[in-house]
Amino acid sequence: MKAAVLVFPGSNREGDIARAIELVTARKPQMVWHGDGDFDAADLIVVPGGFSYGDYLRCGAMAAQSPVMAEVKRRAARGVPVLGVCNGFQIITEAGLLPGVLMRNRQLKFICGDVHLRVETGQSLFTNRYQSGQVIRVPVAHAEGNYFADAETLRRLEDRGQVAFRYCAPDGTRGGTGNPNGSINDIAGVFNEGKTVLGMMPHPENAIEPLFGGGDGRGLFEGLVEALS
Amino acid sequence: MSSERNPPVKLPNEPAITPAIVAEHGLAPDEYQRLLRIMGRDPTLVELGIFSAMWSEHCSYKSSKVWLKKLPTEAPWVIQGPGENAGVIDIGDGEACVFKMESHNHPSYIEPYQGAATGVGGILRDVFTMGARPIANLNALRFGDPAHPKTRHLVSGVVAGIAGYGNCMGIPTVGGETNFHAAYNGNILVNAMTVGVAQADRIFYARATGVGNPLVYVGSKTGRDGIHGATMSSTEFSEDSESKRPTVQVGDPFVEKLLLEACLELMATDAIVAIQDMGAAGLTSSSFEMAAKGDLGVEVELDRVPMRETGMNPYELMLSESQERMLIVLKPGREELARKIFEKWELDFAVIGRLTDSGRMVLRWHGDVVGNIPIPPLVTEAPMYKRPWTPTPLPAQVQSASVSDPKDWKASLLRLMSCPDLASKAWIWKQYDHLIMGNTAIRPQDGDAALVRVPGSQKALALTSDCTPRYVQAHPETGGRQAVAEAWRNITATGALPLAITDNMNFGNPQKPEIMGQFAGAITGMAEACRALDFPVVSGNVSLYNETEGRPILPTPTIGAVGLLQDVARGVGARLTQGGLALVLIGRTTGWLGQSLALRELHGREDGAPPPVDLALERRNGDFVRSRIAARDVVACHDLSDGGLLVALAEMCVAGGTGATIEVPPDAAMRQGWLYGEDQARYLIATRDAAPLLEAAHAAGVEARRIGVSGGDTLAVRGLLEIGLAELRSAHEEWLPAYMNAAA
Repeated sequence: MKAAVLVFPGSNREGDIARAIELVTARKPQMVWHGDGDFDAADLIVVPGGFSYGDYLRCGAMAAQSPVMAEVKRRAARGVPVLGVCNGFQIITEAGLLPGVLMRNRQLKFICGDVHLRVETGQSLFTNRYQSGQVIRVPVAHAEGNYFADAETLRRLEDRGQVAFRYCAPDGTRGGTGNPNGSINDIAGVFNEGKTVLGMMPHPENAIEPLFGGGDGRGLFEGLVEALS
Repeated sequence: MSSERNPPVKLPNEPAITPAIVAEHGLAPDEYQRLLRIMGRDPTLVELGIFSAMWSEHCSYKSSKVWLKKLPTEAPWVIQGPGENAGVIDIGDGEACVFKMESHNHPSYIEPYQGAATGVGGILRDVFTMGARPIANLNALRFGDPAHPKTRHLVSGVVAGIAGYGNCMGIPTVGGETNFHAAYNGNILVNAMTVGVAQADRIFYARATGVGNPLVYVGSKTGRDGIHGATMSSTEFSEDSESKRPTVQVGDPFVEKLLLEACLELMATDAIVAIQDMGAAGLTSSSFEMAAKGDLGVEVELDRVPMRETGMNPYELMLSESQERMLIVLKPGREELARKIFEKWELDFAVIGRLTDSGRMVLRWHGDVVGNIPIPPLVTEAPMYKRPWTPTPLPAQVQSASVSDPKDWKASLLRLMSCPDLASKAWIWKQYDHLIMGNTAIRPQDGDAALVRVPGSQKALALTSDCTPRYVQAHPETGGRQAVAEAWRNITATGALPLAITDNMNFGNPQKPEIMGQFAGAITGMAEACRALDFPVVSGNVSLYNETEGRPILPTPTIGAVGLLQDVARGVGARLTQGGLALVLIGRTTGWLGQSLALRELHGREDGAPPPVDLALERRNGDFVRSRIAARDVVACHDLSDGGLLVALAEMCVAGGTGATIEVPPDAAMRQGWLYGEDQARYLIATRDAAPLLEAAHAAGVEARRIGVSGGDTLAVRGLLEIGLAELRSAHEEWLPAYMNAAA
């Protein structure tokens, strides 16, 4: 699998996700500077976490207008898989690759720590290593992860199985304190209609080694390798 | 150049230098006389400003220098001790650890968010200036009484500021400490520490060389913020300190992130001769220090400095503390290479001067010389004071037998676990990204020190910050010794080998002999501990005049410490995660209640002598514990400090979700002292099999005793108390969020 990781001014988890990809594929991803309107062919495009352009204006809003994102949108339209994590989720949402918006956390504070996620479907490029309904533990680190969509959009997302992950308790139940940011329907990650684009707030790239936060995020990268190699 | 000796021109509207203006600049009359002697004429306003900044307590260490010299600063693994932007130690495999702690107390009290944020920004720059990529941040915070009307606002702002800056930079904030005491009501402490890693043969220093080499300004533009911050932080506070808000700098972590990446990119080339961040006293101290360290002169064309506002003058440009700026001396002909890198990162880049052999700082403004100062005398003839001091007498010992046992043991433990100093600080550290970079092996609250992997290796750095100000207040020498010993112990408890410290000395007004006595005593105690534990000081910072309306803070020499673990997989935390483990207490227990938290929280007393620190015992017990961790005998380990044995055990239980049962030995002189006393040099260890551990302890001459076993979902002391873990956890975790969420 050939992966490309975008780098914006203010990106800061590009190294984490590049390392996760390298650990799983034994191959360094291509790092793509935001000003580049074109880059080498890739099987997967990753939009990493961070504070692109300082998160000034609105998270992800400026990055969504950068030259590289115009190219990402073209390739996504051709079906090239795109993974956006955290700020990357905000960016691809701002760019219109995914529905909905990410608002400030319910408690209006940055939150960092482990959360539990229920994998809503194991039937996708990104989640084929997980069972539907499986609970995984991965960290979050964000101030604006409160997912929202209007009722009509939400109904469509739910009906079409576009919810990838939901926040939950360690035993998979919802409704308790598992939702860290107030996201509607406990949504932690969503697909586009074709399930070729995934945006998620939690950081699977920081859950790939048992000594450093556990290994539950590794399956996402392994699944991608299997699907895209 | 002959013009360098010419007297400078006066600028239009430049005021005459009156005694009032001199006093406003914080220069004492005899210091001004010294200035006149050096200059041989009246200074211009910008020259006066430069002397004022360079001779401020903050930049010159004039009251503390004679004492700081007493600290040991050398060891075979020390690459760079105090005097540079940060300390540097060898961590093997050609790698070095670069670290320092620095205060931003006064700005954080005036404007908590920006004050704390720029404190983080400043210490990060100190570390990456030396060529290191920062891999961890820590912070030590002291706030006033929670009941004080300002405290909640200050906690909220400071924590948000630290989070806002560190999170955006992408550096994990992995550890620290937070205390509350009324002595900090009008003067909080915000001490921030950064730890970075560099190639040992690629360290960058501030010493300028090469006459004619270009002086380059990079980073943000210069504005009017922070003018005279260094002078402000060198005076006492009064109630009108808020009028000084304009002297607080405003930070932009996004720009600093770009600056970090651009500097590291430039450092990977061979273009840099010397580099210095513009911190306190901005362009003044950075250009001065670079030239002074290289025995050179410097000529600066101030009109070339990138400016944020129109109408700025030389005085403002030299003294602005605008953030996210660096000064670099480049090799000749490397300007274009460097310019391209900074333009890629969308940062300002300007050649603003050059090095000369004149030994003078010559400032030009549109061609006219507006300042002309000889560099060596400003440094060598800087005021240095041996201020009078009176030692703090050792208070009488509190006799444990004179302190009645709590009527309700269970209530006593719940009270301690929920008191502001011991309550969980998760509300704080969950606002910090402590996981970015994917190297955090021991997270906040999971162990005595944070454990952070050195990127791309199996090694890890153990990081902690410690001080027990109430001990230092009671007896500075003992308190100084204890602060160093506790940092050493916290690193040891993870299995790492303690290597070196950075000290952040926060004290009151040094012109008061009793305050100077606290400083002297603390340094004396610290020096003894550093020597006995092979734990040299490699960097530090002094913050004096921490007083408001004449009321000083508790003397607070915060110790930031670094240790090394060769294999991160061998590290241990303090979480009790399984039943059936034997609990072994290492060290001697006398039941020392003087200055203990139990005495304060349960009996309302803040008196007595602090627990004595026997450094030979510290060393023996600590070396023993480390050796057992290396031998894989230890499942979890926690040092005993605030709150003593029972609090340590309760913390282990809550963190790991497993209960425990212990028994007070029949020979314990006093149950309360045994459970809550704060005797030093002690650890609580959980081990699968106590027998070999006890045997090894005996052979090493270390006191060790099996006191109980882990398991179940309650914490029990036989015959005294039994508390469900859920109740214990609630007591521990609910205080701070409840306090912060309460209506102000």
